[in-house]
Amino acid sequence: MRRAFVQELAEIAERDARILLITGDLGFSVVEPFADRHPDRFFNAGVAEQNMVGLATGLAESGFIPFVYSIATFAALRPYEFVRNGPVLHQLPVRIVGTGGAFDYGTAGPTHHALEDVGIMRMQPGLAVICPADAQQTTSALHATWDLPGPIYFRVGKDETTCVAGLDGRFRLGGAELVRDGTDLLLLTTGSIAADTVAAAEALAGEGVSCAVLVVATLNPPPVEELEGALARFPVAVSVESHYVTGGLGSLAAEVIAEAGLRCRLSRCGVRRGSEGISGSEGWLAAQHGLSVEGLMSSAREALAQGCLTS
Amino acid sequence: MSEALTAGKAGGEASVTDSDVLSASISLQPIRRPWGSIAPARLAALQIRLTILEQAKRAGVGHVGSALSVADIIAALYAGGMDVADPDAPNRDRLVLSKGHAALALYAALHQRGWLTREELDTYCGDGSLLGVHPEHRLRGIDFSTGSLGHGLAMGAGAALAARLQGSSRRVFVLLSDGECNEGSVWESAMFAAHQELSNLIVLIDMNGQQALGYTRHVLDLEPMDRRWDAFGWDAQVVDGHDVGAMLDAIDRLDPVTGPPHVLVARTTFGRGVSFMENQIRWHYFPMSDQEYERAVDEVRAAE
Ligand SMILES: Cc1ncc(C[n+]2csc(CCOP(=O)(O)OP(=O)(O)O)c2C)c(N)n1
Ligand SMILES: [Mg+2]
Repeated sequence: MRRAFVQELAEIAERDARILLITGDLGFSVVEPFADRHPDRFFNAGVAEQNMVGLATGLAESGFIPFVYSIATFAALRPYEFVRNGPVLHQLPVRIVGTGGAFDYGTAGPTHHALEDVGIMRMQPGLAVICPADAQQTTSALHATWDLPGPIYFRVGKDETTCVAGLDGRFRLGGAELVRDGTDLLLLTTGSIAADTVAAAEALAGEGVSCAVLVVATLNPPPVEELEGALARFPVAVSVESHYVTGGLGSLAAEVIAEAGLRCRLSRCGVRRGSEGISGSEGWLAAQHGLSVEGLMSSAREALAQGCLTS
Repeated sequence: MSEALTAGKAGGEASVTDSDVLSASISLQPIRRPWGSIAPARLAALQIRLTILEQAKRAGVGHVGSALSVADIIAALYAGGMDVADPDAPNRDRLVLSKGHAALALYAALHQRGWLTREELDTYCGDGSLLGVHPEHRLRGIDFSTGSLGHGLAMGAGAALAARLQGSSRRVFVLLSDGECNEGSVWESAMFAAHQELSNLIVLIDMNGQQALGYTRHVLDLEPMDRRWDAFGWDAQVVDGHDVGAMLDAIDRLDPVTGPPHVLVARTTFGRGVSFMENQIRWHYFPMSDQEYERAVDEVRAAE
């Protein structure tokens, strides 16, 4: 997704001279397509993420559209207050691009696992939060939003090849995409775990459980009406995200259910424990937190077994 | 020791490995340069390099050049520079490996000291291991988890202040990378430590001249590094980061009781010891092929 993002950005920059790419000393074998084509609009700010966001704010105030790039933890967390008081407070078109959500940087360990980036970014009013589900949706999301007047946080995964079946790259800012319909259970998902969510739905269909899957690529502005519409149709919903269960998609779904007074039981799949210092591959870590395809399937079964709300 | 490492050695499988000799000899030694000679530290550096290559190859991971860059610094610290006789002693010296992506060099040293077993070392980057790419404070002998650059010196300054408040003579060593000095937080800590005259704080900077996406002089010029620290009120000196004897001498001469905090600006070569990795950005990232691994091991062995 990150390569698809940079490719598309290099294309857009061809047509719009306001686009800049600033990296926090990262992006080896990722940023080159932009850096090579637009060397005068590519900057390495060094390992200095706060400064990078501050610079971008100043540039945006003068009419540029700067994209700042780093690993999600360093792009979102280290300069968070500079994001808040910079592009958010000034409502400027700064784009913060964080690569690798949750366990994408598996063995690199807790300092590299972004588990709260979506939550903290979603809290900032006027900051769009976009988590594309695959490379194709990454391209269309960038295409649809690059000249938005306000700021954006993008969480882009490292997987360039997996395609979410039924999504076909569809993206609408503030929208959600139904990629599979069903009757028993609604699975809500976002970001690169969407593919595994669909895989779980397919496997559950084999067991006679019919799941709908809604891909929520925009966490802010939240697709409230579409979520309401979808959640109203099902007695049970399961949210799936590579993020702490607090703050992200599961929280958003809970807010919508509560505020609309829907009769839907929500079960949230996500990371519930802090780091125990244990390292491992992405797949292994995801499984430890119930986020493998099998883990998602058993969470879905449990949610169904618990059943709907009684009156 | 892996087959590949022992294969080329006369005596083969049953021979006593360097690692056995070192862990035996080093763990028996008392504190602070006990040998009156730099030979054990040089041997420690050789063994650290071999362990880095072996484990990076076994796990199929990168950051090899970053770890080789600090092999001699880590050897100097763990084979004489620091008081690390007992990992559980509350007043042993502390090391904050602020450039956490070189953790493999640290694991190699902890293994030499006998604090990490062979079995533990062999879990490096495996599923369920405490030995990831970056150091984890839950490991015996490691006090601070790092991996986010620019964090280590602040924690180190806090630990040095704590030692002073507690009336302890322990020193705190912090190993920074040069790219890391891009972070403003490094300089915030530098100001604090100088203002508080944390004489027990000793920073070493791995000045290998390169960072993740380019050479430091092209990204953000850091020179003159020693004069920058000097201007911040530190006792700054330049050392050869591959000369363990010079580093041990320099550390010995520092005053850990009175005066300003200390910084050794260690001139190093990224990938030191493996010719095809030296000063090559890509060796921040790539794992080694079988051929590359064999060449690397041969070169490191031949150098001694
Ligand atoms: C706060 C933060 N930003 C970015 C990174 C990603 N990163 C890891 S190493 C590195 C730079 C490598 O250069 P240097 O620090 O000089 O280490 P060397 O490779 O020379 O050992 C970067 C940007 C990080 N670990 N922490
Ligand atoms: Mg460096």
